[in-house]
Amino acid sequence: MSVLSPVPPPQVPGSEVEVRVVPTGPMPGPLRFLVRALLTLWSNRKARIGLLILSLDILVAVFAPLIAPHSPTATTFAPYQNPSATNWFGTTGNGQDVFSQMVYGARISLLVGITAGAAATLVAVTIGLIAGYRPGVIDEVLSFATNLALVIPGLPLMFILAAYLQSRSVWTIVLVVAFTSWATGARVIRSQASTLRTREFVTSAVFSGEGLFRVVFHEILPNMTSLVAASFFGAATAAVMAEASLEFLGLGDPNTVSWGTILYYAQQQNSLLTGQWVLVFAPGLAIALLAVSFTLINFGVDALSNPRLREK
Amino acid sequence: MALLEVQGVNVVYEPTRGQRIWSVRDVNLVLEQGEFVGLVGESGCGKSTLGFALTRMLRPPARLENGVIRFDGVDISTLKGEQLRRQRRNGFAIVLQSGMNALNPVRNVEHHFGDILKAHAHRGEHYGGATVRRRGAELLGKVGLDAGVLGRFPHELSGGMRQRVSIALALALEPRMIIFDEPTTALDVIVQKAVIQTIKDLQRENGFSAILISHDLGVVLEATDRVLVMYAGRIVEDQPSKDLVSGPHHPYTEALLKCYADPRADEIHLGGIPGTPPDLSLPQTGCSFTPRCPLAQDICRTLDPPMSPLGHGSAACHVRAPSVAVAEEGVKPVN
Amino acid sequence: MAPLVISGVSKVYTVRGRGRGKFTAVDDVSFTIAPGAAVSLVGASGSGKSTIAKMITGSERPTSGSIRFGEVAVEGLHAGGLRKYHSRVQMVFQDPYAALNPLHTVEYTVMRPCQNFLRMPPARARERVYELLETVGLTPPAQFAGKLPHQLSGGQRQRVVIARALACDPELIVADEPVSMLDVSLRADVLRLLAELRAKRGLSLLYITHDLLGARVISDEILVLNKGKVVEQGPTKQVLQHPKHQYTVQLLDAVATPFAVAGTSPTR
Repeated sequence: MSVLSPVPPPQVPGSEVEVRVVPTGPMPGPLRFLVRALLTLWSNRKARIGLLILSLDILVAVFAPLIAPHSPTATTFAPYQNPSATNWFGTTGNGQDVFSQMVYGARISLLVGITAGAAATLVAVTIGLIAGYRPGVIDEVLSFATNLALVIPGLPLMFILAAYLQSRSVWTIVLVVAFTSWATGARVIRSQASTLRTREFVTSAVFSGEGLFRVVFHEILPNMTSLVAASFFGAATAAVMAEASLEFLGLGDPNTVSWGTILYYAQQQNSLLTGQWVLVFAPGLAIALLAVSFTLINFGVDALSNPRLREK
Repeated sequence: MALLEVQGVNVVYEPTRGQRIWSVRDVNLVLEQGEFVGLVGESGCGKSTLGFALTRMLRPPARLENGVIRFDGVDISTLKGEQLRRQRRNGFAIVLQSGMNALNPVRNVEHHFGDILKAHAHRGEHYGGATVRRRGAELLGKVGLDAGVLGRFPHELSGGMRQRVSIALALALEPRMIIFDEPTTALDVIVQKAVIQTIKDLQRENGFSAILISHDLGVVLEATDRVLVMYAGRIVEDQPSKDLVSGPHHPYTEALLKCYADPRADEIHLGGIPGTPPDLSLPQTGCSFTPRCPLAQDICRTLDPPMSPLGHGSAACHVRAPSVAVAEEGVKPVN
Repeated sequence: MAPLVISGVSKVYTVRGRGRGKFTAVDDVSFTIAPGAAVSLVGASGSGKSTIAKMITGSERPTSGSIRFGEVAVEGLHAGGLRKYHSRVQMVFQDPYAALNPLHTVEYTVMRPCQNFLRMPPARARERVYELLETVGLTPPAQFAGKLPHQLSGGQRQRVVIARALACDPELIVADEPVSMLDVSLRADVLRLLAELRAKRGLSLLYITHDLLGARVISDEILVLNKGKVVEQGPTKQVLQHPKHQYTVQLLDAVATPFAVAGTSPTR
């Protein structure tokens, strides 16, 4: 018991005075929980910046048709143009408007980042929970698989898989990224689940007659929400970077418009040499900012679960 | 001059979210050279916070507010940095609740001694391996441990041994005052007795002043000369240990004593204290014990009783220890 | 109502690493808890008392010996049988804060056994929760039902733990140091509650503690454990007033009571 942490003021039975300590648990109802979580994140300075950047990206992606002045794929303009009044970011070698491409590109990056991140986290949670809750053979096997996945370098594996798979679509990328980045989350979740398993309230739940499913999903998992959230944002960050890398190397779908493909074509067309640095700078900055926004939000999630990290 | 003079100390706890909590309110105490005093109270009464405040170990969001802490004539309540650090040698030390908290799990005991001795070495003093080992063995001997313990790691020692090592480390800088914060709470009942005896012997032999903080009244009464009872952040009674058992003054102390009994007695009536301690985030008017006190009067609800002399000690109670100032105002407490 | 009979139970752990071999936590322990009786298991940490509690409640299996609750062979129980067993033998834990899920309300925690074991529909289960909260002294129940653990004091939390244990109407309650983490001023009340429950409902009670005073107050029979072995056994008052074994004497000696200091034997 830490001396420096406060003893919460005890409730006097029968009095009307409510204890003022802010409850750290979720309110009834998932919606209220989400709202409260967002508000808590907002109070953390780093997370706030992250949330702002992410919101901006989401808005741009959702309202792309309204924001982009032209179609991203229409080759109607003169190629290799510098930024001008009609083409704010200039044009590509095929005569496409770069600004419109940037706006529509947000969709792919966000989609892949969030979907792949969610998929990786889902796998991580499933494997982590099972391994953490059931010691013995199951745990040994799953831990071995996790360690194996950790040891294999993610990015090279991703490239090989992407190059090997015949279909070139966004969903391929999502699958490949999810497949290679679940291991870190799984290990962390497993160790937390393993700790929680020995907590007395879990034993108490077993004594209350709860079955395996309820113990894992109603007792253990709810106490790990911060960890799962942190895992998700970490995976999303990695996914965004991975997607960009794959596109840049030409392993993505050349027909989709994303920030990564803009970089790919910029590289193909030697944009830096021709003085069209916007074609490199804009998508690069956008990718970096999106990745950073996830990381900043993660700072806030950390602070949520560990009060000592909360800013004073 | 007393070794430690504390006047009007308040500690406030200010979390970023939630109310401020006044965990220590207007505490005065005096500790003479060589005295062994106990500080007893239940959870949330502020005793550990007070111990930390006295050794300047409070960390945000806990804060020492107001008050003078005069150690050997020097007001240490406002010292900072190097000046404060210097006070730790030949000054005051604190022994924490669990030996495991105070010891670095990846370093052996000898390293711990070296750490302390080197950190506080005066200019010209050199602590090489041999000196550290010699001094370490000497200190371990004082707490009843064999020199072989020097080479061990914390996880290789039992709870009682770890606590003894913590005590030996506190002795390394030859402090004139040691505060023991719940030194035996985490220990086995039989080991507790042995460690308390060691502390008693050490205090007698080395002559340092000591404050023993505990929630266990039995432990405190057995080890100390004088007992201070804390309730809701204030000291409510101050008496020699022997006198406290036979004649407690404050109703809280009286009720607390009834919660203990000898298991060998023929008949046992175990007491309890109904209700719960007050919410210290709310401003307190009057005596905090009033809602739970069998002797409560009207004045108790409005006026906070000061510590008034009674018998061999003092107590803060309008009924038992009516203060002269209050009496002069014409308020007559019922006895 | 069934007696709990423990015969020749031992628990040996194999310690891996550093070749330390085997560790005997419990060594050939035998005793009986008659229906409605209260027995204390007293000893320092490491004496094996918690291990015995775990074996009785089915969380661990004895290496040898048998544990019989009436006709049921406890050591052989698995999943389904274990669940049924829990409806008859419940546990009250030491740390009231750790024993309650910080995210669940009092109502949820106490309701689950009603729904799982007594198959009550939610409305009926909720009624029962209110009855139970009244029984353990958390009144008015409506005020406590919606609270989360951190909004309660230590004593209140422990009452919730007891309410949960009572929910399925058990025959035997194993209380593992139920008051050691509570302030001294709160203990009498909780002990009184346990004693009342035993008297009114005919519950058997196994009280595990290192605190001799609590054992004296609540139990008729006491077993003193040292390093896994029973060193002394008998009626509580008799054992404490006339201890035979050296370890019991040591324990009594170590209990620092203010009255021991004053040298007087209280006649209250």
